Formats: sequence, C-alpha cells, structure tokens
Amino acid sequence: MGAVAGTAVVLALLPFALSGYHQALAAKAGTFFIAILGLNILIGYSGQISIGHGAFMAIGGYTTAVLSRDHHTNLVLTMLAAFAICFVCGLLVGLPALRLSGVYLALATFALAVSVPQFPLKFSKYLGGSGGVQSARTVSPLWLYGVGWSAAAILFVLAWLILRGRTGRAFRAIRDSEVAATSSGVELPVYKTLAFGISAAFAGVAGSLFVLGTNGFAQPSEFGVILSLQILIGAAVAGLGSLGGVIVGAVFVGLLPEISSSVPLIGSSHGQDVVFGLLVILIMLLLPTGAAGLVPRLRRLRARA
Amino acid sequence: MVELARRIDLRPHRTYAGVSLPVILGLFAACVFLAGGCLSSGIFAQQTVAGLAQGAVYASLALALVLIYRATEVINFAQGEMAMASVYIAYQLIQWGFSYWEAFVVTLAVAFVLGVVIQVAVIRPVQHTSVIAVVIVTVGLFILIDGLVNWKWGGAIRFMPAPFGQKVYHAGGVAFARQDLGTMAVTVVSVVLLWFLFQFTKLGLGMRAAALRPAAATLVGVRVEVMLAIGWGLAAVLGAVAGLMAEPAQFVLQPTLMQSVLLYAFAAAVLGGLESPAGAVVGGLALGVFLNLVGQYVHFITSELRQPFAFAVLLAVLLVKPTGLFGRSRVRKV
Repeated sequence: MGAVAGTAVVLALLPFALSGYHQALAAKAGTFFIAILGLNILIGYSGQISIGHGAFMAIGGYTTAVLSRDHHTNLVLTMLAAFAICFVCGLLVGLPALRLSGVYLALATFALAVSVPQFPLKFSKYLGGSGGVQSARTVSPLWLYGVGWSAAAILFVLAWLILRGRTGRAFRAIRDSEVAATSSGVELPVYKTLAFGISAAFAGVAGSLFVLGTNGFAQPSEFGVILSLQILIGAAVAGLGSLGGVIVGAVFVGLLPEISSSVPLIGSSHGQDVVFGLLVILIMLLLPTGAAGLVPRLRRLRARA
Repeated sequence: MVELARRIDLRPHRTYAGVSLPVILGLFAACVFLAGGCLSSGIFAQQTVAGLAQGAVYASLALALVLIYRATEVINFAQGEMAMASVYIAYQLIQWGFSYWEAFVVTLAVAFVLGVVIQVAVIRPVQHTSVIAVVIVTVGLFILIDGLVNWKWGGAIRFMPAPFGQKVYHAGGVAFARQDLGTMAVTVVSVVLLWFLFQFTKLGLGMRAAALRPAAATLVGVRVEVMLAIGWGLAAVLGAVAGLMAEPAQFVLQPTLMQSVLLYAFAAAVLGGLESPAGAVVGGLALGVFLNLVGQYVHFITSELRQPFAFAVLLAVLLVKPTGLFGRSRVRKV
C-alpha cells in the first residue's frame, strides 16, 4: 500500500522535473501500463492467454482518431468510447475463445493481431488506408502525461476493486482449476468472456493514448504484431497474477528502446533490437516470475541469511 | 537400450482416436474436387500447382513448429526468424564463392548447430519454469535475431541465384514453373528423410520416446535432454529448408522474408492439429492451394484480406474441431 502511494506521489510530481520530450516518453510508459494491466487481468488472473491485444489497441486508437476526425468529439470522451467499444469487442472475441485453450487460444488471438491492422487497408474509404487517420486535435506532452497517468490510476483502482471481490475470486478459481470452479458454482462462460471484455477495454484506452502519443495519427503499421508482443513481454517482465510489478513492465517496454539508443555503442535502431531481445531473454532466465516475483525472492534470501 | 526403449508404449494414451472418418472423407472430397477442376480448367490447374508449391513451404515450417511442440508443448515464435537468418548465411556463403547447392548443404549443417545451441543456451534453463516463460524467450529470440540480421546485413533487398532456374514446362496448355516443381521435390525429400529418421533409426526412437514419455525414456537410458536438443536442431534444419525454398518465390532476400510465411505456418500447424506431423504437411498444402484458388476466383478477397481470410478459415475449423483436423482431443484427469 505504501509503495503504491509513494509511486503515485512520484508520478504526480514527475512532470515538473521533465522536459517536454521526456514527458512524452513517460506518457508512453503510462500507455503501456494500462495495456499491461489489462493483459495481466486476462492471463495472470483468469488464466486465458492472448497474444493479440495489439488488435484491441488498434480498435481503440482508430475509435479515437475517427471520432475526432468526423465529429470533433472531446478526446477524453473518445477514450471512454474506446473503452466501451473494446469491451464489446472483447466479449465477442471471448465467446469463440471459450472453445479454445492453451496454445490454440494463443494462436487464435495472434491471428487477431495480424488481421485487424489489415482492415484499414481494405476499407480505406472510411479508415484512411495505409496513410492512416488524423485526429482533429493534437495534444501537448503535458496533457498526454496528465490524462494518461490519471487514466492509468483510475484503471489501476478499478482493476484492484474487480480483482479483490467476487469477480476476482471467480477468475482465480477458473485459472487454478476449471473443474473445481464449475463444481463450486462459478459460471465459466460468463466469467471467462467477462475477463476478455475487461482486458480488451483496458487495451482500448491504451490504444487511444497510443494514437494521441503519435500526434493523433492512427496508422496500420503502428499496430503491427510487434506491439502485441511488446505488451506480452511487458506483462511477463511485470510478473503475471500480481499487480505490483506492472509499472516495472511498463517502464521496461516503454522506455528501454529510447534509453538504449542514447548509449553510443549501440547506436542504430537495430542495435536497440539486439539489446531488447537479449534483455528479454536474460530477464526470463534470471527471473521467470517477473518483477512481481522479485520481492518474495528477496525476502526468502534475507530469511535465509 | 534399444530393446528396452521399444517396449515403451508410444501410443498416445488418455486420448480418443486421432483422425476421424468425416475428416478423411472431407479431404478425399477436396482431392476429387481439385482433380476435377484441374482436368476441366487450365488456369485452375496452374493455380493448384503454384498453391502446392507455396503450401510445401508452409508445410516445412509448420512441421518444424510441430516437432518442437510435440517435444516441449511450446510454440517457437522465433522459428521463422531462425529460418530467415539461415537464408542470410547461405547468401553469405554464395558471396564467398560457394555454389548454390554447396551453400545449401553447409547452411543446413550450420542451422542444425544453431538450433542445438539455442536449445541448450536459452530454452533448457527455462523449460521447467512455465510455458509462458519459454514463449517469451522465443519472442525475445525473434527480436534478437531480427536485430542481428539487420545489423550485419542491413534491411536493403538482396538477390540470390535461382536454385532451379527460371524454366517453365508446358503440358496440355498448363505451365509448370520448374521452381515450383523443385520446391515440392525438395520438401517431399526432406519430409520423407525425417519420417525415415523418426520411424526406423535408433536415434528417432529415442527422440519419440523422449518427446512422448520423458520419464519412461529416462528410466531405460534415453538421454532426454540430448534428444530435445537434437529435436531443436532438426526443426532449425527444416526451417532453413523452408526459408531457402521461400526465397526464390519472393524473388528477393530481405529480413521480413519469413514473417508472413511463419503466420501461414502457424495456421497450417493448427489446422493439422499441432501434435500431428502428417497434419502439418496436409494443413500446409491445403492452405497453400486453398488461398491460391480463392485469390483467383473470389474477387472480394484481395491481397490485404488474404491473411485475415486465412485466419477466419482457421478459426472456423477450430470452432468445429478445437484440436485441429488431425488432433486428438485430450481427456484430462482431474
């Protein structure tokens, strides 16, 4: 609890110490925070894997860009719309997902990540084709930081409330044993699709912020498979089934590419990929349970010493 | 050891029968339809042959995925990038003055070693923690290999000599590219060799035992860890074959070479049922032919919709048969 409050205070004071460029970077970490939080609810708590959450980010991002372009809707309202639309989309994806599990579900959601960015190309009349959709308004880095991390805080509290109550118990029961959950009266179809809906809604808000972070420009190439993989990596680095590490995962995927590019030896963007890939592998080798598993492990070490 | 290993029951237990009658009848009907179409229309025949060649590439990579999945229950996301890196190694060898087929053989050997090294260095340490950790490691490998290739060779397109030349044969008004026939021949040879290895050699027996009954295999003296490493090596070799056959079809060599092929290979492997090597081959060929015919005759499915369409079909199959065409539905003990 103290750690959460401390993190919140630091995040609230941080923009005063940062330049515009670094505010935008920190806002990007906030975007990933929300997406990773949502994915963690799905994988870490309800036990269903998704390698396709970039697809929901794309839907959320296009919702914001299109609403702003066509109706000049307030940007915060478009984020709410993205939340609602992606919630429904998540429920719709969750229904067929009921029949699949494990690797088959992983690959089906992966298919989603591949397919969704193709639709703007096909329906370019409404969705701008490969050129993308430009929102009517762009925002300053400070706006992005403030709104982004406020949304992150609200959604964090929301996730905590959902997970500590009846719903969260049902999710965990399903994750640990579907048979035991059913026999204790948990309705599997309801809770499994609900988990998909919630986590997709979070990803939708993240997608809105993601688009606003690229100057309000929604483009198919920005929502490629790699984005889905980044969220997945973030969730694994954060540690699944625990909310404590999410910020570590967000900082890892949000900031590492930028930080490593300023190291002269690495230089080019390909050097960044090499460093990123190496670090992902190393972290999984050293800390297979992610950042959330670090604290218990340190405690055990201290107890032994 | 061989005698003891033979006694291990390698029939998959706790499962229902694998290939069901409706699936066999459906595949038979599809073959009849294809044969009829090929006899009545030249364009249809041409698209079918081209589809089979593409499908052969998907099938090789899908088979590599299935090999690893059977042994470790993990999907290797880096399989396509490993294959792409192998093609770059072949490219480099040709630059150094090797002929195409010399480079081909040397590349396969290098790919085998790389596959073994990757398994020993980064997969084995996380193998017993959790499936998600292994998946993340393969995703990390994907990014790492992609970065390394871009670093060493750059993203610019490069050209390799065509292994089978540009010749086109004509038979009864239908054109067959020598390239397509060669791709199919190479795939058939590698699949048959692999089948022979698994079915008739001591090594193959050990590998099957290690994949299906690790505990029993250990008890009779099979070195399970060594077998798993060799499995990764063989998968890397199959991937390299797929990459080298995919390159001439795309005419140029660039780091994105295998990314779409990997997606179709995923689809093919899942279609066939992930645990079934025969399923991967049938799934790959079926996907290649089906997509080519649909591209020819259904005009709504433009090139942008090719991938979404492939996955829609995949999803439809999974909803009817959640473990793929050749998969076995597993009965879990509670």
